[in-house]
Amino acid sequence: MSSTYLPAGLPQPGTGPDGLAEPYWAGTREGTLRIQRCSACQSWQWGPEWICHRCHCFEMAWVDIVGRGRIYSYERPHHPVHAALDGHGPYLVVLVELPDYGMVRIIGNLLGDPRQEVVIGAAVEAVFEPHPQADPPYTLVQWRLR
Amino acid sequence: MSERSLRGKTAITGIGETTYYRHGASPHSEFKLALQAVVAACADAGISPHEIDGFASYGDDRSDAGHLAAALGIRELKFSNMFWGGGGGGVCGAIGNAAAAVATGMADCVVAFRSLAQGQYRRYGRSGAAPLLSGDDSFVIPYGVMSPAQRFAMKVTRFMHDHGIKQDALRAISLACYHHAQNNPNAVMRGRPLDEEKYDTSRWIIEPFFHLYDCCQENDGAAAVIAMSAERARDLKNKPAYILACAQGSDERSAAPAHNMPNYASSHFGQLAPRLYQMAKLAPDDMGIVQCYENFTGGVLMSLVEHGLVKADEANEVLVKDNLIAPDGCMPLNTSGGNLAECYMHGLELVHESVRQIRGVAINQTHKNDAALIMGGPMVTPVSSLILGSEAAL
Repeated sequence: MSSTYLPAGLPQPGTGPDGLAEPYWAGTREGTLRIQRCSACQSWQWGPEWICHRCHCFEMAWVDIVGRGRIYSYERPHHPVHAALDGHGPYLVVLVELPDYGMVRIIGNLLGDPRQEVVIGAAVEAVFEPHPQADPPYTLVQWRLR
Repeated sequence: MSERSLRGKTAITGIGETTYYRHGASPHSEFKLALQAVVAACADAGISPHEIDGFASYGDDRSDAGHLAAALGIRELKFSNMFWGGGGGGVCGAIGNAAAAVATGMADCVVAFRSLAQGQYRRYGRSGAAPLLSGDDSFVIPYGVMSPAQRFAMKVTRFMHDHGIKQDALRAISLACYHHAQNNPNAVMRGRPLDEEKYDTSRWIIEPFFHLYDCCQENDGAAAVIAMSAERARDLKNKPAYILACAQGSDERSAAPAHNMPNYASSHFGQLAPRLYQMAKLAPDDMGIVQCYENFTGGVLMSLVEHGLVKADEANEVLVKDNLIAPDGCMPLNTSGGNLAECYMHGLELVHESVRQIRGVAINQTHKNDAALIMGGPMVTPVSSLILGSEAAL
């Protein structure tokens, strides 16, 4: 059984030329989930930005958080749109909101049976999914029911 | 200071379109298709292509204004403009930009157009992502959220959940589009009617709400409309379709990264629609012609709600096929077949159809045809909407 939820060969995450998201990806490789928090007004913010959209402070801190939330929405794609998914069958994507962190939302796959019934509002927790064979290696954050 | 408004200052004087093809099936290059559509629009307006002095487009159209002007022998190009954003969010905005150029005296005869040849280039519904991602893509694509359908489906899931709307409401939208296309000789899906059973048994693209027939086609073709001053329009051969209002933009932070826009379950028209009606000095009930860009039927549903045409908690009752078809439905929708069944001309075919309805020459003519609402590109950012009207609506 594969150690990753989706098959190998999908595009892999990178921090791009600007390096904005590097602290996030460095964190996941160490088994830590971290998101941004404004150093001035203390607002949580996700995904990464250079500036706080509320107070326009440029000092966005990276803060380790506990990966617990609830399912805000979901989808079960059947039709493959990438060669790596051809013939794979349906899979589950969840949008998870984090009530403890300003209701920011994070996307991931919901682990387990891809045909399971999904309930909006269900409690989930983060699971780290390493891809050590990738170049460079990276770790995705997935979700399971708790 | 006089009122700042586009209302009634300009009109669409000509519309032109190529044959619409299945994706990859155009025998012509994308640039040639663009030229064919522009020349056809000029012929419809009864003007020479040499009168054009501006171009406006959207969706990162590859047929650029400078080359079009050179190819057509435009003597003096006065306006060239691209609306930001992918997909059809800019379809109405491009026309608004063309109209604004004319209304403010920057140019006199501006073409808004879109050209697509996917055999020459790539399809939208297949991932074109590079092996190593960057930016926002890194937070969605590795989880299999790649195509437009996959990027938008969770908005629809949440909206349906919040309001208790059933799949049948989406089915009615699709049935209406296919119904109208059956009379339209230029519709790619003419001769391929859709009924409830065929819809219900069609394969899932994405559960829980995207059947095959909830998703637009992909096509090759080009379309163009010509905007000129209202004064000039009255001297030309066609009944003018006046531009009564255009609004573009999006809800607050609707482009927030990784699905963190505050109003998530939305087509992003909520803040825009009141501005649109205010400029037009009309209300949702005045719209005898309703055309909404169907990337996906869920986007149409949210657009209709956010433009005040349907209340979310009445959607199950109102969105039934009989209400949505011309001529006798209470809200005929996408009367030429739209993106689903006429052609995915990135919504410009909806503007053409609105102009034909206002002229009174549409194939599926509505009873009430003095004002037309067109909604472009639900769920993308930015989006845009347009209200056109006859002389009677001025």
